[in-house]
Amino acid sequence: MSTVRDWAAPNPVTENRSGLIGKPVDRYEGRLKVTGTAPYAYEVETPAPPLFGHIVSSTLARGRIASVDISAAEAAPGVVRVWTHLNVPAQAARGTRLNPRSQRASNPALESDRVEHYGQSVAFVLADTPENARAAGGLVRITYEAEPADLDFLSSLDQAGPAPGEEDARIGDFEAGYSASEVTVDATWFSPLQNHAQMEPCATTAWWEGDKVVVHTSIQMVKGGQHALAETLGVPSDRVRLFTRYIGGGFGGKGQSYDDLTLAALGARETGRPVRVAYTRQQMFQATIHRPAVQMRVRLGADQSGRLNAMALEAVTHCARNAPFVEHAANFARNLYAAPNRLTGHRLVRLDIPHAGAMRAPGEAPGMLSLECAMDELAETLGLDPIELRIRNEPEVDPDNAKPFSVRQLVRCMQEGAQQFGWERRNPVPGAVREGRWYVGMGMATAIRGNFLLPAKAGLRLTGDGVATLTQGMTDIGTGTYTILAQITGETLGLTLDQVRVELGDSDMPPAPGSGGQFGAATAGSAAYETGMVMRRRLAELAAGDPRSPLYGEDPTLMDFANGNIVLGNRSESLAALAARAGPEGVYVEGGISPAADARDWSQHTYGAQFAEVGVDSVTGEVRLRRMFGVFAAGRILNAKLAKSQITGGMIWGVGAALTESNPVDPRYGSFLHQDLGGYLAPVHADIVNLDAVLLDEADDKANPMGIKGVGELGICGAGAAIANAVYNACGVRLRDYPLTPDKVLAALEAKGL
Amino acid sequence: MKPFAFERARDVDHALSLAAASPGARFLAGGTNLLDLMKLEIEQPPRLIDVGRLPLADIAETAAGGLRIGALATNTAVASDPKVRRRYPALARAILAGGSVQLRNKATVGGNLMQRTRCPYFMDAAKPCNKRLPGSGCSAMEGLSSTLALFGASEMCIAVSPSDMSVALAAFDAVAETVRADGSVQRRSVETLHRLPGEAPQVDTDLAPDELILAVELPPPPEGGQAWRKVRARASYTGALASVAVAGDRVALGAVAARPWRARAAESALADGASPAEAAAAELASAEGEDGRKALVRRLAADVIRQAREGVGS
Ligand SMILES: Cc1cc2nc3c(=O)[nH]c(=O)nc-3n(C[C@H](O)[C@H](O)[C@H](O)COP(=O)(O)OP(=O)(O)OC[C@H]3O[C@@H](n4cnc5c(N)ncnc54)[C@H](O)[C@@H]3O)c2cc1C
Ligand code: SF4
Repeated sequence: MSTVRDWAAPNPVTENRSGLIGKPVDRYEGRLKVTGTAPYAYEVETPAPPLFGHIVSSTLARGRIASVDISAAEAAPGVVRVWTHLNVPAQAARGTRLNPRSQRASNPALESDRVEHYGQSVAFVLADTPENARAAGGLVRITYEAEPADLDFLSSLDQAGPAPGEEDARIGDFEAGYSASEVTVDATWFSPLQNHAQMEPCATTAWWEGDKVVVHTSIQMVKGGQHALAETLGVPSDRVRLFTRYIGGGFGGKGQSYDDLTLAALGARETGRPVRVAYTRQQMFQATIHRPAVQMRVRLGADQSGRLNAMALEAVTHCARNAPFVEHAANFARNLYAAPNRLTGHRLVRLDIPHAGAMRAPGEAPGMLSLECAMDELAETLGLDPIELRIRNEPEVDPDNAKPFSVRQLVRCMQEGAQQFGWERRNPVPGAVREGRWYVGMGMATAIRGNFLLPAKAGLRLTGDGVATLTQGMTDIGTGTYTILAQITGETLGLTLDQVRVELGDSDMPPAPGSGGQFGAATAGSAAYETGMVMRRRLAELAAGDPRSPLYGEDPTLMDFANGNIVLGNRSESLAALAARAGPEGVYVEGGISPAADARDWSQHTYGAQFAEVGVDSVTGEVRLRRMFGVFAAGRILNAKLAKSQITGGMIWGVGAALTESNPVDPRYGSFLHQDLGGYLAPVHADIVNLDAVLLDEADDKANPMGIKGVGELGICGAGAAIANAVYNACGVRLRDYPLTPDKVLAALEAKGL
Repeated sequence: MKPFAFERARDVDHALSLAAASPGARFLAGGTNLLDLMKLEIEQPPRLIDVGRLPLADIAETAAGGLRIGALATNTAVASDPKVRRRYPALARAILAGGSVQLRNKATVGGNLMQRTRCPYFMDAAKPCNKRLPGSGCSAMEGLSSTLALFGASEMCIAVSPSDMSVALAAFDAVAETVRADGSVQRRSVETLHRLPGEAPQVDTDLAPDELILAVELPPPPEGGQAWRKVRARASYTGALASVAVAGDRVALGAVAARPWRARAAESALADGASPAEAAAAELASAEGEDGRKALVRRLAADVIRQAREGVGS
């Protein structure tokens, strides 16, 4: 096993001699996507004309199916099959694992008469067209026996219990430290249930080739999907070939498979025809996972100089009754500010609603909406600038575990951000700046998000045309994975980008863990880099051992790679020639990355500082973002354009969390109020007039051989808090109940007599 | 989506005779509302009569000095017409506040007037809704939606009209001209085109099933300033929480009733010399509903009236 020291030596990526690393090149697959020719899972060509499936969802939150009548649906035009729990083909029982190495267990559809949440699949129709399938779906008659259901988070808070397998994290004596503090803040924030709202719905196209099923599906984790389907069908995983080439947004919501995958595979098996199944827009909201609501109590105790003596963040969140999931809203606080007495922890309320799960920056996204506003409140009480307060509480080592930081440029992010944003123009007196009917204010917050490296592999083939093809069971969920892998491979082998191909999203390829937790680039990228290095060694040995090569007999360890050639001194040979001689298949190698043995000896995070200026309409309470700016530090940047679009995209998610996004559960039905993109309000262009971000120069040599870190989730962290702090600075109203919609702002203005 | 027949009307008479001959048929214009509702099986017409290509898209001056806007003029065409922009700027603004540019390029004047409510329980076929399924109940009464009627609601339905355009049209005293299969032509005030829900919320308007809107006629713009404002939870592409159109001494409120709501009490208070704030308060005196909604509409109306009087545009 390697140690981080092995990564410190210069290598092709860190030397970046041809300058591909960091270069803001366009997306590898961008042209296909904007011309509509990238086939998404529902659109792939099938070997024969397909059937279309439609899933019927329950309209009950909890209970059992009392009766079903599928006769009208079966008689409807074009209908081929109608399934309910009574006649669905056999599947492995939920949770079974045939193969102990499976990453996922069986996940059967229509498994029983039990209904555990509104929107659960209760019937499935296969027909010759999507319209006929959907129309017949409306003819399936189901009656239910309802059982009492817990549906309302806030009125169920008294049922909150410990999160399974977790204890509160305590350092020092929080209660004593807090009560001894000269200045305190004690307040509670609420972040509502939110949806991923991906553009592309969950969708699968499936067909069988003999006893093997081929599925194209929209999922972030190749192996996870393959294993889940194999376990559900009760077959070895090599009988499932899963493709996921293009994904129209995942954000954590496609970290798992759904019933479209299972039912498409079963439907194709039973009918002998290819089958396409997609979730409707309404099912995307109601029948996939969501970010749970979180209630967060923050207590801060400080001395008059602003030094924190005690800090607590206690979060209560919800999950589905039989699918525990914890939104770890308090975890980030463990590593952020120094304070000798600390308490963080989570409680869970179980509800009879769809499954809660991971959504972009799980934990930090809602969590930072509390602490980062509490810091703003403390700064105001102390009469300190919010940046100065944070600098006074900047820890020397990780306050949670006393580990040294690999690199921590949080203070620099705040200082550079303040300068570029014009923070000194902020009037610290709330409500002091008016422009016409608008109150104008500024706010800031910090950002922190962990960095991770998981084991991954990759394959690389060099062919006689001089093209290197990287293959990896990895996904690109719109983040830019194809592109950065091409850049890494090109730089490692001294090739130009048009000499590199990248093929992803196939379960037959060397496995990578997929996209999630902002570990994708570091993990898949490091595997690609290592594989490139294996290729370099292989090619050098080939040249040294081949009398036909000009480098014959030379020391392979001294050979270099540049401009499509392998070089030593003034002698060189093209990679194309070398590969051509190796045989018709060229040269194929595999390589991989695993975390360093000592990786956990350092505290390793990405950081940032968020700045926002808002206007609050003094008449109506509407909040409009006027400008937003962030400075971030996230290791070496592989592609300046893509990294920035990840970061700014994250910031826009923060705008949504602060101002518009929420999906209340209707406690009468257990359904969500908003079921489409017209009702669930994510920000639109007009909400984001002026938003920009800068990434600091950084390399984290403890992170991986390339010194890169993740950027996919950092941008959300703290973004909403900066906006909420700006709202307060604008109009003097502290709102702790997100999102800060006009009705809430106006009520607060009215209450102040404004 | 239920299977349906589709027919493209050759001319107005053809459209009308098709409508008269097939109960439950619907005219299809831009389709931005009707097709969505059909996919959700909220509208299930057995036949669509495509009127989209009928020559009813002209925008022309009238002898009376006003404008006649064909029912098939797109929202974009109306909002960008120089005559509209110069003389009826509040109408242009109201239209531009609706939907997105893609929707406005497809949406027509007739379709905008006739679009159905966006009450979330109406849009969800699994929920009780008297408008969708008479007698099933009203889920919005004890529900979570934020935009409920303040005026003219009934025990049966508290939904609001989502049309922004019609709010401005009501402030301009616009009239919709319609024709039926029997050749009868009617002129209906836009303000009262929509019925209040009363006992029959399933019936949106007084239009007969075979009645086609031909055009909307605007009288000459009134003396005095114009203003329009829409309050919404995000900066674009979402319905109003409330809106106000002011044209001279006429005031119309949007997203507060099943029709664009002419604020007659406010208008007469203004005529009696009341301040904008007093006039707005006079209108809201008869409102029923949540205090926060009332406060929003009161503040907004006062500010927009003031703005129109000061002639500062919007
Ligand atoms: C996401 C979204 C957001 C929106 N936001 C807004 C908004 O903010 N503000 C706003 O005002 N609107 C908004 N809309 C609604 C949009 O303005 C309407 O859908 C559009 O105006 C309807 O026009 P259309 O021509 O497409 O009508 P269609 O969908 O074709 O028809 C709608 C109805 O009108 C009838 N109809 C059409 N033409 C005639 C005619 N000449 N005579 C008689 N009946 C006729 C049809 O039979 C049908 O019942 C939004 C719509 C969407 C989908
Ligand atoms: S308010 Fe009207 S449209 Fe909405 S649920 Fe009630 S009856 Fe239906």
